[in-house]
Amino acid sequence: MNYAVNERGYYGQFGGAYIPEMLYPNVEELREKYLSILQEPEFQAEMQELLRDYVGRPTPLYHAKRLSERYNTKIYLKREDLNHTGAHKINNTVGQILLAKRLGKKRIIAETGAGQHGVATATVCALAGLECIVYMGRIDTERQRPNVEKMRLLGATVVPVTSGSQTLKDATNEAIRDWINHPEDTHYIIGSVVGPHPYPDMVARFQSVISEEIRKQLLEKEGRELPDYVVACVGGGSNAAGAFYHFLDEPDVKLVAVEAAGLGVDSGHSAATSILGKTGIIHGSKTLLMQTEDGQITEPYSISAGLDYPGVGPQHAHLAQTGRAQFIAITDAEAMEALRELSRLEGIIPAIESSHALAALKEVGAGPDDVVVLNLSGRGDKDLNTILTYFEQQDGQQ
Amino acid sequence: MANNRLTRLFQEKSGNLLNIYFTAGFPKLEDTVTILEELQAAGADLVEIGMPFSDPLADGPTIQASNQVALENGMSIRTLLAQLAGVRERVTLPIILMGYLNPVLQYGFERFCQDAAQVGVDGLILPDLPFAEYEEEYKPILERYGLSLIFLITPQTTDDRIRKIDALTDSFIYMVSSASTTGSQVQTNEAQQAYFAKVRQLGLKNPLLIGFGISDKPTFELACQSAHGAIIGSAFIKALQQPAEVRENVRSFLQQIKG
Repeated sequence: MNYAVNERGYYGQFGGAYIPEMLYPNVEELREKYLSILQEPEFQAEMQELLRDYVGRPTPLYHAKRLSERYNTKIYLKREDLNHTGAHKINNTVGQILLAKRLGKKRIIAETGAGQHGVATATVCALAGLECIVYMGRIDTERQRPNVEKMRLLGATVVPVTSGSQTLKDATNEAIRDWINHPEDTHYIIGSVVGPHPYPDMVARFQSVISEEIRKQLLEKEGRELPDYVVACVGGGSNAAGAFYHFLDEPDVKLVAVEAAGLGVDSGHSAATSILGKTGIIHGSKTLLMQTEDGQITEPYSISAGLDYPGVGPQHAHLAQTGRAQFIAITDAEAMEALRELSRLEGIIPAIESSHALAALKEVGAGPDDVVVLNLSGRGDKDLNTILTYFEQQDGQQ
Repeated sequence: MANNRLTRLFQEKSGNLLNIYFTAGFPKLEDTVTILEELQAAGADLVEIGMPFSDPLADGPTIQASNQVALENGMSIRTLLAQLAGVRERVTLPIILMGYLNPVLQYGFERFCQDAAQVGVDGLILPDLPFAEYEEEYKPILERYGLSLIFLITPQTTDDRIRKIDALTDSFIYMVSSASTTGSQVQTNEAQQAYFAKVRQLGLKNPLLIGFGISDKPTFELACQSAHGAIIGSAFIKALQQPAEVRENVRSFLQQIKG
């Protein structure tokens, strides 16, 4: 079984580039050039330097002893939360901004839901001295006010999107429309392993530094490169794609993708795409997608703003369909409990997204002799308001 | 090679073709057929009926909003095809259904083609269906039901790609006037005229209709100087929102364009 993208842009039956002709030249230019640019020694050197000195890589692989005791297995946390701007998102934006410069682009656009990718994009645009426009659903600009202010402080223009349901999927639509209207001078930095080919593959490559480091670090600590489990949360799926990347063809490594069940998979308020989705097309990609019987895309729900995307990256759809990865759905309540648990056991406040992965530890079935690597994709600072409100309400009910 | 009302229209009439786009189920769910009948009476040459979608990527604010209203009104492919059943007793205009691929895939691509052909649809515009996938997977299905698939070209489309599209399609080519979503104000400039001239000089077998930014009599007439006709969408959607009764809105808009 091959889990990499094929030359036509597909992972099994998923992927492709389902885009209107107006986007074709932009996407085609990327498709033709991304691999050769990524392989240039100068590009690699510049990217490695930035990842080291600016982002702060390699991120530690931390043996979480008290968490390990709690689950009676050996757990390592891959500390993506320690990256500059607080999450794995910047691995991708650093790569794409260097790519955009080589393509001669003058203007950068991005979509953002919770604002993490928007902040990571605004950050690298400041670094590169390029104009930055971030599309964000109007509802999200209100829910995530501090990130809006951060982006503005970094010099970006934040455009509140009022079309459709005014959230991430509509922000993505609006960014795509912007790109249609600027076919020559603009690069679109997509924040996840979604969108038309070559985006899912390109973003996965930029995130693959996560699993590259895990292999090296595990060899130092355990005398072996391969863990028994790699666990990561999946919204669009970029941190999971990066954490899985160098283990895809290692059948002994069990891959665990954790989705947001929201209030429960069957509650009507969920983002568990691999269970609730059907094959369809969203943002230029054929993938699993939450939709009505008539093929209208529906609005997902999760307490985590980073996981409520109605689709999932096409590679993850393929991993789900082939069974290469195990998909687990975690509710809001389970994730919030895991968030509090890690805070108190290890002194690390995780992002709510990453807390979904933590909550899955009880379900993966790892034993005392197993080594589990959990990708701690982001830190919880951005979620403080949500966290406080959640626990206040919960305490109020008790 | 499709032989339908669309291909026959282009054999019979070679210029000033007026193609009107409207969204099915807008402004009211039951307006679809009324608008069709009135467009025929008022002298449109062909029509494009938009199948509403929750996420219309290539469309500007006017058509997006009409899609949303139509969905709230309860429009779906199933409902649209039911509305069109029997319409061929009264309407002889070529009918094109325009929509995004996802709802069509959920309906079932082949079943959709079969049912659309059954009610008298002549062609389809599916802007997010990639050309390569069309060629390999979908072309035989469309041919089986005598449906033409219409492709878009833009100022950025290369000559080679235009020729390839021309070779593999058989009704007309939708020439997008500038890099934009629908409903944008198009400025006529030298670059655009050069693009129109370049495409004309390719000597394509298919006629060309210009769309995007055509909103009134002057822009329609200008487009017709460079192509076989033009497509009006957003401006017509706006006209449908005028306070008068829907038939009256259709009539007065077409009078402005053709009068």
